[in-house]
Amino acid sequence: MKIGKIADLLHADVLCGEEHLENEVHSACGADMMSDVLAFVKDQAVLITGLVNPQVVRTAEMMDMRCIVFVRGKMPADDIVELARESGIVILATMERMYQACGILYENGLYHGGVAQ
Amino acid sequence: MSEPVRFHFDVAGENFVSAGEASAAVKKLLRQLGMDPAVIRRVSIAMYEGEINMVIHANGGTADILVYADRIVIVLEDHGPGIPNVGLAMQEGYSTAAENVRALGFGAGMGLPNMKRYTDSMDIETAVGVGTKITMEVRL
Ligand SMILES: Nc1ncnc2c1ncn2[C@@H]1O[C@H](COP(=O)(O)OP(=O)(O)OP(=O)(O)O)[C@@H](O)[C@H]1O
Ligand SMILES: [Mg+2]
Repeated sequence: MKIGKIADLLHADVLCGEEHLENEVHSACGADMMSDVLAFVKDQAVLITGLVNPQVVRTAEMMDMRCIVFVRGKMPADDIVELARESGIVILATMERMYQACGILYENGLYHGGVAQ
Repeated sequence: MSEPVRFHFDVAGENFVSAGEASAAVKKLLRQLGMDPAVIRRVSIAMYEGEINMVIHANGGTADILVYADRIVIVLEDHGPGIPNVGLAMQEGYSTAAENVRALGFGAGMGLPNMKRYTDSMDIETAVGVGTKITMEVRL
């Protein structure tokens, strides 16, 4: 799925990384605990989260993720967006809640893609 | 034996916003050295977990990365409270992190076991009231 399609499906604002919207991603995960992302996520390219702080971007960066979706209308501060821009990570912000956001993407064919054991 | 390429970082304590800067910098430097992306990811995750630990549990410390021809060594050293029971701390789910740390998305007790999982060897030297030194190695 193109990152741009994720933005469309979730009626999300693109806060940075417009130049990457044509890039394809194949898997996603939803989490509020960055500890869990670091421990259980393997090759998921999209992080859907209700947590907003700079460590969300750092975590995504360490995991080589391509896109972060902030749910529930949460707006990251400028420094967080700037950090993502520097790392080439797309930030989307949607009004959808976590469960809905994950459900919409799953229904449209963006699956989880496997868990690290 | 040729000399390793060395990187040194000071990690500020109690600064959650800047936590991870050293790991992010190492990730960039390893990319510039043309290292394998899978190796870079393992080093980044292990170092990031250790760096976050130094920030949230030990009031900061230092990180030294040594890149040899056949391995990367990560040394994280702090003068924090030390770890009283390493066996317990290594168990998945064991955490002394306070509620405010959990609200930031950390403190699930997964960091140390994750560092072990992503590296080929990990050694913890620690003494209560003195500090902690963690040495991890990723073979190339
Ligand atoms: N550098 C350190 N200095 C002192 N204590 C530490 C240090 N690193 C870890 N610990 C202790 O070991 C425990 C387990 O660490 P671990 O990284 O596995 O989990 P955590 O940091 O609590 O949570 P998570 O890593 O999942 O965010 C910590 O809760 C803390 O008590
Ligand atoms: Mg930890």
